[in-house]
Amino acid sequence: MNLALSEEQRLLREAARGTLSRVPTVAAARAALDGEPTPDLWPAAREAGWPGLLIAEQRGGAGLGAFDAMLVMEESGRVLADPLLLGHLPASGLLDAAAGAQTPALEALATGEQRAAYLPVRPPDDVQAQWSVDPHEGLRRGGAPSLSGRGTEARVSGRLSWVPGAPGADLLVGVAIDADGKPAAIAVEGAARGASVKPVMRYDATRSLGHVELTDAPATVLDAPAGEAAAAWFLAQALLAAESVGAVQTALDVSVAYAQERHTFGRPIGSYQAIKHGLTEVLRRLENARSLLYYAAWARQDAPDEFPLAASAARSAAGRALDFAAREMISVHGGIGATWEHDAPLYFRRAQLSRRLIGGTADASERVAAAMLARADASGSQPPADEQAGTGEAHPAEAAQTV
Amino acid sequence: MDLNDTPEQAEYRATVREWLERHRAEAPVLEGPEAITDEQELIAARRAWQGKLAEGGLAGVAWPREYGGQGRGPIEQVIVNQEIGRAGVPGILDAIGVGMLGPTIMAHGSEEHKARYLGPMLHGDEVWCQLFSEPAAGSDLAAVQARARQQEDGSWRLSGQKVWTTNAQIASFGLLLARTDPDLPKHNGLTMFIVPMDAEGVTVRGLRQISGEAEFNEVFFDDVPLSAEAPVGPVGGGWRTALTTLMFERVTIGLGSEGLGYRADRFAAAIASDPDARRDPEVRRRLGELASELLAVRFTGYRTLTALQQGQTPGPESALAKVTLVNAAIEAGELVADVRGPEALGEGPWSYMISFLPGLKSAGGSEEILRNTVGERVLGLPPEPRLDKGIPFSELRARERQAAGEAEPATATQGNGAGAGAGDAASGARA
Ligand SMILES: Cc1cc2nc3c(=O)[nH]c(=O)nc-3n(C[C@H](O)[C@H](O)[C@H](O)COP(=O)(O)OP(=O)(O)OC[C@H]3O[C@@H](n4cnc5c(N)ncnc54)[C@H](O)[C@@H]3O)c2cc1C
Repeated sequence: MNLALSEEQRLLREAARGTLSRVPTVAAARAALDGEPTPDLWPAAREAGWPGLLIAEQRGGAGLGAFDAMLVMEESGRVLADPLLLGHLPASGLLDAAAGAQTPALEALATGEQRAAYLPVRPPDDVQAQWSVDPHEGLRRGGAPSLSGRGTEARVSGRLSWVPGAPGADLLVGVAIDADGKPAAIAVEGAARGASVKPVMRYDATRSLGHVELTDAPATVLDAPAGEAAAAWFLAQALLAAESVGAVQTALDVSVAYAQERHTFGRPIGSYQAIKHGLTEVLRRLENARSLLYYAAWARQDAPDEFPLAASAARSAAGRALDFAAREMISVHGGIGATWEHDAPLYFRRAQLSRRLIGGTADASERVAAAMLARADASGSQPPADEQAGTGEAHPAEAAQTV
Repeated sequence: MDLNDTPEQAEYRATVREWLERHRAEAPVLEGPEAITDEQELIAARRAWQGKLAEGGLAGVAWPREYGGQGRGPIEQVIVNQEIGRAGVPGILDAIGVGMLGPTIMAHGSEEHKARYLGPMLHGDEVWCQLFSEPAAGSDLAAVQARARQQEDGSWRLSGQKVWTTNAQIASFGLLLARTDPDLPKHNGLTMFIVPMDAEGVTVRGLRQISGEAEFNEVFFDDVPLSAEAPVGPVGGGWRTALTTLMFERVTIGLGSEGLGYRADRFAAAIASDPDARRDPEVRRRLGELASELLAVRFTGYRTLTALQQGQTPGPESALAKVTLVNAAIEAGELVADVRGPEALGEGPWSYMISFLPGLKSAGGSEEILRNTVGERVLGLPPEPRLDKGIPFSELRARERQAAGEAEPATATQGNGAGAGAGDAASGARA
């Protein structure tokens, strides 16, 4: 048992903090809402080697794992940066898993010469039996893109809304459903005939987003191992969770600092329990979400069957934590927290948009339920062996003995 | 990042598993048609089972060898807990003694104490209870009034009342926090004692809880004679000794929380059998959210273990695990009752759980006290102003009585008006 960060991971995290500190990303987040261009962080990401994080070493990448990717995402979340990794990492990870003769451009993706975006197509569960895409608006999910033809004749059609990092992406990677109804991992060049990306900005100007329209766009069908197409969705969940955890951490740090210095009625406001308990609630949610990032990273590596559960749980907890933390940040700061000049509204905007992307936080919670129910079905009506321990509350003395 | 056993841990796990395979037939049955229903019989069987576990090296895993333990670490303790769970047999009966009180005696007791008490405690021959809380001293534990007076010959006489004492009805001994000098400020005049529960003047009365069962007690001490060797740690140094117990209490709760049985799998199983509920978006969202919390508790536990294994103090994540666990379990009870309706409130494990959890919010440090402590020690937020600092306890009591309108502080329902902010380790609250 060892969940400690390795020396390399500590260095990776520090380097990420250093890289991101060279750009005033939070100020830029505010300026962008007024129409200023957002800083392009891709060159910095390239210099730091992040584009190749999940690509194997023999294909020019760093060959690192989900946890390392999450560490970088967490750092960008802290300062509301968008180094375009939320799309690029799941996409490049899926491409790398499918690496073969016909896989496009892995070396160029590893160096960042090219950038990929992930087309979020949600894997089925016990209630939603089809692969589906986020609606443009409303609750009804759309069908996954369709795939026709084979080899050089393969074509993909479909509409995907609110796709992170899509504008300017060289490659769009996701899932399409073939004529037999089977899912296939596919890659489409961003500049391909029949592929169009319309940039959109919503509420949080830091985030690159686009609506993608594919009309018989030439595609490469990837030879991805079973489960990897779904894993890309869950990796995106975990990465968004990690990014949210970073933002919660800043919201907490800033709020605690203010609660220590701001006085009312002759006392620092942090000495009032309403404030203190609110901030410990932020801490509680933060640490829970962080624990689930460990779960997700461990599952991705050592227990792939549990990865959907773990990544969804992380997303669920982190999304809820971010909303709570952002609101708490505003209220701890009183009036000033509600002004344009303060950073709190920027974290609030980040929270509101993030929680609605890539399926949304509520969908992640339901996915946790789906995974838990499937586990319950698998173990039959009998509770799993470790539940029959008699260590439960069914035995008063036993339950009470630990208190 | 690695959750797998090291080769040594795997080997240890195999040994433990093998021992349990061989002995599981000797374990008392707690559930099903063969379950022991007679209370006395059950306790006897569980004590005997604790003895077997101790002989097999499965109790007091982290206790030093010289006291009959295995001299291993928290990871091995968790491995044993996991394997006991897996085998479907009960764990030790006296987790309070072995987890909290024994380690306190090891830290502060005399050589004679250790030689006399630790062995029988570990083997379940003598069960222990924690005699800390009183009607007017719970969160504000340092406000205890149970009074011990030293006699000419060095022995002691004890009078007063304790309450909420788990296992007092079956205990041979209790570790008791008493006031020995009321003229000192409240944290200074305290002393910890070992009290034989069969001593003259000790009365134990069961207190029924929400479930209807009596799992804790009130205990009265009427001029109880205690030997000169009864104090654990220095006379007047009882608060430090108590803090040691409370630290082990946190560890026990932290590492034991999973063992309480509030696991996501169980709640999912309760929903899975209902075809409508399992497709209901609202039910799914609630199940998903509470399951996420419970899974987080599990991985928080692993983070805690990682820290302990590396010789570090566990981080902030462990402090609030109990809050998460209790509240997620409460949510789970809510969900199961919403899905199953009044049926869930009939005799059985669900209604027992629903009844047990509200009290668990207070037990071992209330949620509010935990949040005060974490807010101050982890986040560094300023403490609340206190009204009890540096004032002799006797004077403090007089002021409280005055403030409460001269009401007599003798009943169990008497509130405690002392300003009870949580503070630094030397003068804090119970958490
Ligand atoms: C099931 C169970 C088993 C137990 N077993 C034992 C045992 O074996 N041995 C033992 O010694 N004790 C035991 N206890 C007692 C337990 O430790 C106390 O109940 C707990 O410490 C709270 O103390 P209290 O009951 O006096 O409540 P109080 O301290 O009076 O608290 C009442 C309320 O006021 C709040 N409060 C108090 N001070 C503050 C503050 N500063 N800021 C904000 N809110 C505050 C509390 O959070 C609580 O909500 C047990 C309790 C339970 C429920």
